Amino acid sequence: MQRTIQEINEKIKAGKAVVVTAEEMSGIVKKKGVAQAYREVDVVTTGTFGPMCSSGMYLNVGHTKPRIKIGGGTCLLNGVPGYTGLAAVDIYLGATALPEDDPRNKIHPGEFRYGGGHVIEEFAGGKDIELQASAYGTDCYPRKELKSWLNIKDVNEAVLFNIRNAYQNYNVAVNLSDKAIYTYMGTLKPKLGNANYSSAGVLSPLLNDPLYRTIGIGTRIFLGGGVGFVSWHGTQHNPAVPRTGREVPTRPAGTLCVIGDLKGMDARYLRGVSMYGYGTSLGVGIGIPIPILDEEMAAFTSVGDEDILAPIVDYSTSYPQGKPDILGEVSYQNLRSGRITIGKKDVPTGAISSFSKAREIAQVLKDRIAGGDFFLAEPVERLPGKESGITFKAFQERPVER
Amino acid sequence: MISRRVVLHFPSKLIDQPIISNTVKRYNLEFNILKASIAPPEGGLLVLELQGGKKDVQEALDYLKALSIKIENLSRDITRKDDRCVHCGACVAICPSEALVLKQTNWEVEFVADKCVACELCVRACPYAAMEVRL
Repeated sequence: MQRTIQEINEKIKAGKAVVVTAEEMSGIVKKKGVAQAYREVDVVTTGTFGPMCSSGMYLNVGHTKPRIKIGGGTCLLNGVPGYTGLAAVDIYLGATALPEDDPRNKIHPGEFRYGGGHVIEEFAGGKDIELQASAYGTDCYPRKELKSWLNIKDVNEAVLFNIRNAYQNYNVAVNLSDKAIYTYMGTLKPKLGNANYSSAGVLSPLLNDPLYRTIGIGTRIFLGGGVGFVSWHGTQHNPAVPRTGREVPTRPAGTLCVIGDLKGMDARYLRGVSMYGYGTSLGVGIGIPIPILDEEMAAFTSVGDEDILAPIVDYSTSYPQGKPDILGEVSYQNLRSGRITIGKKDVPTGAISSFSKAREIAQVLKDRIAGGDFFLAEPVERLPGKESGITFKAFQERPVER
Repeated sequence: MISRRVVLHFPSKLIDQPIISNTVKRYNLEFNILKASIAPPEGGLLVLELQGGKKDVQEALDYLKALSIKIENLSRDITRKDDRCVHCGACVAICPSEALVLKQTNWEVEFVADKCVACELCVRACPYAAMEVRL
């Protein structure tokens, strides 16, 4: 006997849906078993919060009088360059964009105190940002310069569009070299001085639906405090990695491309990130509801931190050189205990993703669904699965000789 | 190698002497002046980071004390902007003195200011610019 998304939505409408977080679901299944958990629970909510570099926003700022064609010209948002290779007044700003005068890593490690991610946080938070644009001028778009304050409430569209978010599992980063290194996984102390991980583990969306049975194109999600949708699989989506007996990938695997109205979002869940010596990014909060359609989904959503294994990767040599070797696997239960053992060494752990925020997001989403404010959407297409033949390609470098 | 941050209060009779120069030479230390003010009637105030061997730093401080310079630890100059902290834990394993702890109950990062040695490693390690130096 299957449950349908339509039936669940009717229950949500009637205020009768039983909604629990993925953390709570693990406990329910342990206590009552899969069959009973399936009978009792309609929806499991997940959550994750962490730096997600392939994030950005696009804007349509409206037409000036006289008109300007920013497309093909240049634009700065609070001094951070946006992408203008679009129509007249459409702009895209990515999280890792930096002001032209930022010294980057000229004096290594650079600080990267302000970039695209920070602009997005401020803009979503309702602050005025400074738009500066230049154009070459045409007969129909004669204006060549524009300098103005810009507020989210005044633009036509402000849309968060992130081409890779919510990684299904991720590396644990360590440093085997004898000097500190500064990575997107944080500062890594020499000689296995620390190990940094970045996944919400038990609460992580794609780890609770490991075969993408319910999360697909068109799935309605919590995105940055507002509502968003899964629009495609994310870039580098890599479903065919090794998996455990319960289908949990043991390497970074699936990813999501997501989209949503920035005007409905909350800057609490969209935070500018500065990774010392690395660059800027955007801390993004995502929560995805998982309909418990059958016993298999009840079993999948009961995944616990002890069931999720992550690869330990050396970021001083293996990662930068693109070598596949790992130093071993470790469970999220061990990672979250604060210390892990690598070889014979006791190594303290740190996290790049926030578990308390992930928990908060899963709870907010649970409350929204239980309160009849958020309904589940039927995906219109499945994401490519492990049988899709999609693999993660390295760059095929071909020297250019003329 | 250790690093200590101290606030030195100089009596006015000492301000014309090259005390810091003597100290760093004698005990082979590196120093970084974080703040300095000299006002002859009251004496001088110097906030200093001293880096060197553990024994050397201690002996240097004893030497300064013997010259009747009042020494205070600068241990509370790191503060956390709670509205910026997302409790990720990027600082936790970086902190050498366990002043930043990821609590296993609510999974929030607790900042124990008393344990802070003001090394500032967390200031750089924090992706959300939540840790601040205040003098």
